[in-house]
Amino acid sequence: MTDLTFAMSAPTVGAGRAAAANTPPKMSARKLDFYYDGFQALKNVDLDIADKRVTALIGPSGCGKSTLLRVFNRIYSIYPKLEARGEVMLDGENILDPKYPLNRLRSKVGMVFQKPVPFPMSIHENIAYAIRHFEKLSKADLDGRVELALRKAALWDEVKDKLKQSALGLSGGQQQRLCIARAVALKPSVLLLDEPTSALDPIATGKIEQLVAELKEHFTIAIVTHNMQQAARCSDYTAFMYLGELVEFGETGTLFTKPVKQQTEDYITGRFG
Amino acid sequence: MTAVTPPAAAKPVVDVAERLYRRRTLVNRIALVMSCMAALFGLVFLTWILWTTIAKGMAGINWALFTQITPPPMDAGGGLANALFGSLIMCLLAILIGTPLGIAAGTWLAEYSGARKIGTVIRFVNDILLSAPSIVLGLFVYTLFVAQMGGGFSAFAGGLALAFIVLPVVVRTTDEMLRLVPSQMREAALSLGIPQWKVIVQVLYRGASAGIVTGVILALARISGETAPLLFTAFGNQYWSTDIGAPMASVPVVMYQFAGSPYENWQTLAWAGALVLTTFVLLLSLAARAIILRNKISHD
Repeated sequence: MTDLTFAMSAPTVGAGRAAAANTPPKMSARKLDFYYDGFQALKNVDLDIADKRVTALIGPSGCGKSTLLRVFNRIYSIYPKLEARGEVMLDGENILDPKYPLNRLRSKVGMVFQKPVPFPMSIHENIAYAIRHFEKLSKADLDGRVELALRKAALWDEVKDKLKQSALGLSGGQQQRLCIARAVALKPSVLLLDEPTSALDPIATGKIEQLVAELKEHFTIAIVTHNMQQAARCSDYTAFMYLGELVEFGETGTLFTKPVKQQTEDYITGRFG
Repeated sequence: MTAVTPPAAAKPVVDVAERLYRRRTLVNRIALVMSCMAALFGLVFLTWILWTTIAKGMAGINWALFTQITPPPMDAGGGLANALFGSLIMCLLAILIGTPLGIAAGTWLAEYSGARKIGTVIRFVNDILLSAPSIVLGLFVYTLFVAQMGGGFSAFAGGLALAFIVLPVVVRTTDEMLRLVPSQMREAALSLGIPQWKVIVQVLYRGASAGIVTGVILALARISGETAPLLFTAFGNQYWSTDIGAPMASVPVVMYQFAGSPYENWQTLAWAGALVLTTFVLLLSLAARAIILRNKISHD
């Protein structure tokens, strides 16, 4: 409970740092600014993503939570006129350094998107494709890795008899778990989930949430969600963002029951957003 | 009802609504009749053209058409073997030259040009090339390749001229089909740490392949009937030739020469050529449709 009081007095140090003090951060943003062609979407964000924990990013639409997530693997950089300033440290290295190799970063920091996007190939190939790029494996080893990834994503039993079929024939929930399996197969250390359940029905959502709880044993997870119950259910830490700023950060239980800032309380009680 | 509603106020309202409704019905009928007539008008001519081609072409369809070469005037027998072979070779050349270049250029436009102005300029120029009269492309190849570079009339020059028709079609379809692939697909593939060229070749091309193949097929359908670009380039040849460095016969050029001649045997062959060409193009469009349809089903 000591770190809880520490969290309360934290804002002077930077809202994002303190609460995760009891677990070492895997990734940390420092003085992070982000610009969309001149429009500032992130303002001086400091945030620690604790190792092997789930950190949820919540806030109203346009608050910058997805933008923040997209900085963590620099996927934003495929579009022109976008710019991130500041630092994001991963294992002691600044990933925003232009010299940091993009492909290494993305193999360490996997991402799953809002809309499930299976590649137009077979279920097996969807997962094997990326593994083959990074490792030279025998067919048996590769098949083993594919099975392991599908098991980790709780999809194996549903697809084991149709691995050669097109992944486009799976249901939305299955497709999303396939995308998680695909990301997990590369053994990343961090998983970024950008509203992974917003296109899914409640049953599929339940499966993904259960999966998140299991995956945090091996991975550091950051999840963006519009669903506050979801953040409360499956995260250890929660960051509340508003208009590009990190307003409040703390242990999920604390943030949802005793928020420090008025804005946070207004949002989680549904008064705006 | 009449007792409850004041008749004086209610009646005119009903009348106006009723009148407007009758008017709409009438306008609708007129529009329907006119559009039906327009559709019929188009269909009548299409059927007429097809019917004439079939009726006149069938007379010349026999085994000799595919095995014998173009005959001298007023001679019995003969066929279009050299012209059919020539068309096949030149269309193949055009596809072989135009497709890889077109796919590469379209890929650059869709995936690499980004927000740069040069991309917009190239798209615009490509659209001009797309609608350029084919005889201009023939003259271009004639001036540059046949006359100045000393290439002479040759099947290769013919294939080159046709390649300039294929090129803009393939550039355009590749560009458009790749841009139809949702950006999430790019993000998902790139976020696995796979380099961009690999993502394009192994993921995006798969998503766009049906569209690109359809584009190539439609380009093939278009060039197989082109006459103008071949007149100054492949020229034509009465004899059997397999040398792409020499003049070569082609179905459209033979049709152009034979249909305008006073000799009955040549005219019959021209009609037979028309029928073969029309059937070929029809089959190509059917193939294109089948690919699009199959692709739609597999995506649903």
